[in-house]
Amino acid sequence: MKKTLLNKDKGKDFLTYAVVIVAFVIMQFLSSQGKLSSAVTGYLVPVCCYIVLAISLNLLVGVCGELSLGHAGFMGIGAFSGVVLATLLKNTVDNATLRLILAMVFGGTLAGLIGFLIGIPVLRLRGDYLAIVTLAFGEIMKNIIGNMYVGTDESGFRFAIATAKPKLVGKGKWILSGAMGVTGIKKLSTFAVGFGLILFTLFVVLNLINSKEGRAIKAVRDNRIAAESVGINVTTFRMKAFVVSAFLAGMAGALYGLNYSSLDAAKFNFNTSINILVFVVLGGMGNILGSVISATVLYILPEAMRGLADYRMIIYAVVLILVMLFTWSPKVKEYTSVVADRMKHLFKKEKEAAAK
Amino acid sequence: MKKLLALVLTLAMVTAMFAVGASAEAGTMKIGMSGPLTGGAAVYGTAVARAAQIAVDEVNALGGLQFELNCQDDEHDAEKAVSAYNTLKDWGMQMMCGTVTTKPCLAVGPEANEDRIFMVTPSASASDVAYTGDNVFQICFIDPAQGKISAEVIAEKSLGSKIGIIYDSSDVYSTGILDSFTEEAETLGLEIVCTEAFTSDTKADLTTQVTKCKESGADLVFLPIYYTEASQILTTASKIGYAPLFFGVDGMDGILDVENFDTSLAEGLHMLTPFAADAKDERTAAFVAKYKELYNEVPNQFAADAYDVIWAMYQAATAAGLTGAESNEDICAAMIEQFTSMTYDGITGMGMTWDEDGFVSKAGNVVKIQDGAYVSVE
Repeated sequence: MKKTLLNKDKGKDFLTYAVVIVAFVIMQFLSSQGKLSSAVTGYLVPVCCYIVLAISLNLLVGVCGELSLGHAGFMGIGAFSGVVLATLLKNTVDNATLRLILAMVFGGTLAGLIGFLIGIPVLRLRGDYLAIVTLAFGEIMKNIIGNMYVGTDESGFRFAIATAKPKLVGKGKWILSGAMGVTGIKKLSTFAVGFGLILFTLFVVLNLINSKEGRAIKAVRDNRIAAESVGINVTTFRMKAFVVSAFLAGMAGALYGLNYSSLDAAKFNFNTSINILVFVVLGGMGNILGSVISATVLYILPEAMRGLADYRMIIYAVVLILVMLFTWSPKVKEYTSVVADRMKHLFKKEKEAAAK
Repeated sequence: MKKLLALVLTLAMVTAMFAVGASAEAGTMKIGMSGPLTGGAAVYGTAVARAAQIAVDEVNALGGLQFELNCQDDEHDAEKAVSAYNTLKDWGMQMMCGTVTTKPCLAVGPEANEDRIFMVTPSASASDVAYTGDNVFQICFIDPAQGKISAEVIAEKSLGSKIGIIYDSSDVYSTGILDSFTEEAETLGLEIVCTEAFTSDTKADLTTQVTKCKESGADLVFLPIYYTEASQILTTASKIGYAPLFFGVDGMDGILDVENFDTSLAEGLHMLTPFAADAKDERTAAFVAKYKELYNEVPNQFAADAYDVIWAMYQAATAAGLTGAESNEDICAAMIEQFTSMTYDGITGMGMTWDEDGFVSKAGNVVKIQDGAYVSVE
């Protein structure tokens, strides 16, 4: 029994990797043939970012069972720190890809560090309280970044909060200037790096889920009291998931920030957090492949419906409701399981026939 | 269920038909427009889309060079704006009227610069917008210019001795004007007694900010903000019995149309605006009448700016002898040459000229509200 369970998990993980790799190869092929429109080319990097964000939030919401409403906050930290670092390294690191990766690692590390600090008090809370605190965290981050001034001048690195903005000495320049955000960013993000980040995320998250830690995390989700009674340190395991999730969100944020010429804090608001949560919920809690697919489809859907002009947003909402109804309807679930069973039987019969 | 599906499919088909029906031929130029057509900032995007369509129809009625307009929604979001821009590019856009708001414009500008697509924004007013490329032009005043002109007017006409400011610290437009206003006020020796901020999250109640201005004894309150919040401030001020002179900038235009707002409170309000819907000149009157007839509301400044964008593009394109068959690079180069050398008379200002960065220079106009209408301040 144990063996088959493990095999089933492995099969699913393999499928997840396969889907991502095949999608990448197809897109790269089409792109090299010049078959992709500018609109589709433009979606590639943001889709990678949202996939990583959805997977990392799924780790928290689906696997860990904690509702977090501040994921955009971590994304924002990663985006701004990554962009600032990439701008500072402009003259020292020549290789664009290396600079992008350094920015992503820095953004991720900072987001993970802040996630750790926030986690110390926050992860002692349960259920609704955690949701409320993370929601507040996201908004606080947005407002802090929206009032922050970071720049360089002759006296070196400068940092200020809006009210006490100093004058820059000599040929100084604000990189991040308050509500204006960062403008004139040199775009570094590429689809290949985005794909690499998805693979890295899958590797980290899937391994974490299937490890001893992952089982402990799931045990805490399913029955906290039972988990505690067998000696699992609840806060430690939740903290691990929380920090990993924040780290990955920060990396995705840096990739996102370096994909546009301008970036402002208002983007990382409550709506963006909810948007990522929608990807996770519609893809299925704890279902990593589901997150990948739903993030891709739901990102492209409103863009693909541009032809519908004013009705676009209404239809998008209707689609969300329909997907929700369908995936949760017991009848549909029954039907899919019947189909799956039949397929299995068919497969088995063929196998047996082949063996004979 | 089936009916709904059928409805959706029919809808998709009909729109697809419209989308496919258009194709470029000699003598037609494709103009893309991107702005917020849904969401919180939809007022501005819709106004621009409507006015641009009016101008395009007028241009086409002349029978010469034809314009074709495609409006895309960017939801006032940089990310969506880039997607909208790419969609327009796939459609075959040759010139761009947009984007309407500043933040998307800062993201789209560099893209358009790379693709050499000529771009005039009706209303993205941050100074950084024009710096994004030599092909990016503005038809509206830049924020710093508004702050500077406001301070000059206040000093010149000695409208107030103690100045209070209420601004939106989460908004680029507002902080941009504030910075240049405070700087200019300092040089002119104006006394600023209090500077109060709110953010887009805290704008539901502005009582604290108004009360602080009152306590500090300000006799003029400068409001570099949009009209919705300004109407709240005016209402609050009247409630607590505070009656300084209020001075707004172009975002104030539209305050007389705010729902459930007692317009008598706006009496005496001064504002800097390049466009007044009740101006007496023929063109403005004709445009306002047309807009009212089609959409049943008075056009705001954004609409007027968009109207001017299309006509300025037309003037430049005909002067350069463009037919729409040229490559984007050629169109862009020709338009840049025309824009930096021509003078354009529009409904948001006479004798507009542009410098090499893409900044417009036109006269600022201060109006005050008297008996529910704009009156020029002499």
